[in-house]
Amino acid sequence: MSAPSVEKGIRFIREQIDAPVASFFSACVHCGLCAEACLFYTQTQDPRYTPIHKVALMRRVWESEFTLWGRIKSALGLTKPITEADFTEWETLVYDGCSLCGRCSLVCPVGNDISGMIRKVREGFAAAGHAPEGLIGATTRAIEIGSPMGVRLPALQAQIRHIQESTGLEISLDRPGVEYMALLSSMEIMNFPEYLEAIARILRQAGKSWTISSKAFEATNSGIQIGASDLARVLVQRIVDAAEELGVKMVISPECGHGYTAIRWDGPNLIGRPYKFKVKHILELLDEFREQGLIQTQGLEEARLSFHDPCQIARKGGVVRQPRALLGLVAANFVEMSDAGAMNWCCGGGGGVSANERADALRLTAFKQKKAQLDALKVDTLVTACANCRITLEEGLEANDMNIPVIGLTEMIAEHLVETDRIEEKSA
Amino acid sequence: MNADELLIWARGPGFDLALLVFVAGMLLRLFEILSLGRKRDLAEGRGCGAVGGLRTILSRTLPRRSVFLKEPLRILNGYLLHMGLFVAIFLFGPHIDFFKAWFGLSWPYLPSGMVDAVTAVTLLSLTVALVLRMNNPVLRLISTSGDYVAWVLTFLPLLTGYLAHNHLLLPYTWMLALHILSVDLLLVAAPFNKLTHMFAFLLARWYQGYQAGYRGIAS
Ligand code: SF4
Ligand code: SF4
Repeated sequence: MSAPSVEKGIRFIREQIDAPVASFFSACVHCGLCAEACLFYTQTQDPRYTPIHKVALMRRVWESEFTLWGRIKSALGLTKPITEADFTEWETLVYDGCSLCGRCSLVCPVGNDISGMIRKVREGFAAAGHAPEGLIGATTRAIEIGSPMGVRLPALQAQIRHIQESTGLEISLDRPGVEYMALLSSMEIMNFPEYLEAIARILRQAGKSWTISSKAFEATNSGIQIGASDLARVLVQRIVDAAEELGVKMVISPECGHGYTAIRWDGPNLIGRPYKFKVKHILELLDEFREQGLIQTQGLEEARLSFHDPCQIARKGGVVRQPRALLGLVAANFVEMSDAGAMNWCCGGGGGVSANERADALRLTAFKQKKAQLDALKVDTLVTACANCRITLEEGLEANDMNIPVIGLTEMIAEHLVETDRIEEKSA
Repeated sequence: MNADELLIWARGPGFDLALLVFVAGMLLRLFEILSLGRKRDLAEGRGCGAVGGLRTILSRTLPRRSVFLKEPLRILNGYLLHMGLFVAIFLFGPHIDFFKAWFGLSWPYLPSGMVDAVTAVTLLSLTVALVLRMNNPVLRLISTSGDYVAWVLTFLPLLTGYLAHNHLLLPYTWMLALHILSVDLLLVAAPFNKLTHMFAFLLARWYQGYQAGYRGIAS
């Protein structure tokens, strides 16, 4: 791989420009409305966080190389070349000031997918050597160790042992021929092991056979966040190889927003072919179990609670109805926040922002958007379905002295699960 | 050159040339976009891309509630501007006579007094758009000289048309000649600035809507 440079950065940006991108720039009327959709702008009032401004370098490449007028201007020497200083200036806008939440794309009156363009322009920034330290570290660990947080297999095995000992549940590694292969995010292994116990209980109750691959248990994909498709491909390929080797019918994406985007949407496009298995988010699966009567719940949560829609699962993933249906089973006092569902506001930590320490202060400022939503609701508990949202929300709530516990939905369903005496799993 | 000669040139060879540049230029822009192509989405879909594309082409015409509540003036002014331009261009009797002579097509028109009033409102609306652009920090940052050029190019035909119709400022023939010249200028320049949004918005909405429809997500 050649060393990062401005030229390489520009080349990578150029390679990202396709017909949709060209149509977006051709259609933009500079109305500025995308700014009103972006929490980094609304909470800072700094115009530099206007979504379309974040892709200004890509616009310059497009204009000077892909339009007649721009080519004439370049030939006459009227185009300002992109420099190292430009990359430096825009780096913080592209990474620190964007969680790839996708809200701007739903607001633009001409229909520009601005969020998609920001994801694309990051390829150029990574290639130019202008990605944040935190994300470089996470990506390196993901490639070398298999986890952005440096979680190794023994840590997972220890978790599994712990759950097996305290609950008697069986969790097997690398069992071929089972129906499902579950993925986990490092955040879940380290901070929220409740998730693993929850799916083990639910899948046992539903009578489903499943396993975890020791070679590919990590669902997150730092390559996508940093904007390095070659590395993202390596990470996806590990999962695909493991799933196809074990011969599973479905891969279960855990409570991780971008992990879902990575494996569900980007994956096949990165490896250049469709999978031989299906991918579902755990909430999609749980809702199917509910519909099929495979799981029942008992008792209701009396607390006033709301659901935070993770951007990648609701807006970009289309999983909006399922969490409501599931909450309907267990919540007596569920309230929707303003803009819930596809237009929900981001927690501020997505798109690699939470892995980028440099962005910590900005992220907490952006969190005020979520705070405003929550202040209006006065809930006792917040439920979500993304471990990264969860940790970002917890930090934001703590920083604002708000005492609201954040719970994963899968875990909440498991708590209310009716467990009939050890249904023996049909051996596969 | 006197006023009559200028008028004859502007509406004759001048207009022909301008229209040619307009059509050829817009086709070139369309080609520049489409020739870049796009990769097929290999992820398993949940729905139909084309349905999603068409749906977004229609649905994006309405603003999202939460953004509308924040920027009602900017958004309503946008509607006013576009509807006013439509009325002034396509529902004015003499314009329709002109189109009929040119393309052989005609349709009913509004009373000229009404079009006159709409034009005045549209001029006002364009002025509001300019004031917003020059004062709002976001708009100031993202605006380029091209935005101001496009503004002038749109403003001039409306203004000269209004003045000509009301016999203001200059003798009628002179003002009419200037009006048509400004239209010629607009046609020539449109393919090379942001006025390409007049067709590109359909593509943009289609592309985003197509992906959303295929994936079964919001758009
Ligand atoms: S909302 Fe769309 S058209 Fe308006 S400035 Fe942003 S990208 Fe451009
Ligand atoms: S994707 Fe979200 S965070 Fe990024 S620019 Fe758009 S609205 Fe802002």
